[in-house]
Amino acid sequence: MVALSSAPLDVAALVRDVQTKEHGAVVTFLGTTRETSPDDPRPVAALEYEAYDSMAIPEMEKIASEAREQFGPLAIAIVHRTGRVALGEPSVAVVVAAPHRARAFDACRYAIDALKARVAVWKQEVYADGETAWVANTPP
Amino acid sequence: MATQPISAVSKITIRVLAFARLRELLGFGSRDVELAEGATLDALWKQLASGNGEIEGLRATTRFARNGELVAGETVLRTGDEVALMPPVGGG
Repeated sequence: MVALSSAPLDVAALVRDVQTKEHGAVVTFLGTTRETSPDDPRPVAALEYEAYDSMAIPEMEKIASEAREQFGPLAIAIVHRTGRVALGEPSVAVVVAAPHRARAFDACRYAIDALKARVAVWKQEVYADGETAWVANTPP
Repeated sequence: MATQPISAVSKITIRVLAFARLRELLGFGSRDVELAEGATLDALWKQLASGNGEIEGLRATTRFARNGELVAGETVLRTGDEVALMPPVGGG
C-alpha cells in the first residue's frame, strides 16, 4: 500500500495493514520534522510538503515492488505527508512486515533511501520568523 | 488574436506544471502554454525563463517530465502534453 496523505499519519493502522500470521517481524521507519536545519541556523517551526501525485504514486509503487522482489516475501506500506507538518510529527512512514527481521530491516532501509532519491515530493522549511526555504535531499 | 495574420507555423498547446521554488519563481503551479509546432522542452524552458536570471540559473538542477516520464530537454512536445518542471526532490 502506498499513499500521499494531507492528514496526520496513523502509524498503528499501517502496522495493522501489513502484519499477518506469516510475519515474525515488523519494522517501522518514521521520518519526523526536526527543529534544526542542515542549511539554516534558524529554528524550523514546520515543514511544508508538495507532491506531483501522478508521478509520486507510481514511483512509490515501483519502490514497493522492488523491495518485495529483492527482500520478499514481505508486505510494505509507504505513506508520505503533503501540506504542513508540525514539529515532531511524522512526514513519512515506511512499514515492512516480513517472516524475519533481517529482511524487514533491509527492505525498510531500501525503500526510504529510494523514496528520498526518486519520489516527486518537495520540502519547504518554515522558520520561526515566518520565512521559508526549499530544501533538496542530498545523495546518500 | 483573430486580427493577426494567419501564420504558416501551427501551434500546439501544452500544460506546464511547476513545483517548489520553480512554482514560486514562475508564479504558477499549472498553466496552459502555446508553442510553435516542433518546439522542444529546452525551447519551452527558454521561453519561460527568459529575462529571469534566477530561473535560468536553475536549469542545471531541473528535471523535465512529459506525461509522467522523465525526458531530456531535446524532447519534442506534442499538443496535449503535460510537462512538469521539477527541482531536486526533498521527500522524507
